[in-house]
Amino acid sequence: MSADRLTALLERAFPDATELQVVDRTGGGDHFQVVVTSASLHGLSLVEQHRRVYEALSEPLADGTIHELRIKTKGTT
Amino acid sequence: MSYSEQIREVIDGSDVVLFMKGTPSFVMCGNSDRALQALRRAGAPVTAVDILPDPQIRQSLTEISGWPTIPQVFVKGELVGGADIVEELEQSGELATTLRDRLGHDYEASRTETTVALS
Repeated sequence: MSADRLTALLERAFPDATELQVVDRTGGGDHFQVVVTSASLHGLSLVEQHRRVYEALSEPLADGTIHELRIKTKGTT
Repeated sequence: MSYSEQIREVIDGSDVVLFMKGTPSFVMCGNSDRALQALRRAGAPVTAVDILPDPQIRQSLTEISGWPTIPQVFVKGELVGGADIVEELEQSGELATTLRDRLGHDYEASRTETTVALS
């Protein structure tokens, strides 16, 4: 799994994102860190914000291609 | 009792539950350790459940919480989040506030660490 593929999935889920970052932490294509800043996350608890990210990446999470995922989210007004 | 029933019992019956890989004395995953350390820094009483003995435990937990990854932290029956969230809340001081609000202002006085084994 490439970081580009994750970025594409996140872009589709957060079309209004003002910040979208995907870092392959080990270069192995399975340990990722993502940062999402989006108005669509505004007013949601961190649990709900992270749920949105998990939903966007449900496919690579379910089939095991993402081994570890670190998430940082922010909702902007 | 099924795993689901046991998991619900622990979540509903404990102040702070940490579902983790390994136990507090023998942590098997870096992210579980991050969550444990953040809870310790906040002075939280921790009831730890090791999900590794049987893959069914993790499956049942995810069905209940709708959260796909481990660790998972619950306070008074409610999912607070995984390692990233718990770390973030600890650093901002919100974790301590949440613990005070839900467990009482003297929650640190009753600080304990217990491990519950599911079977």
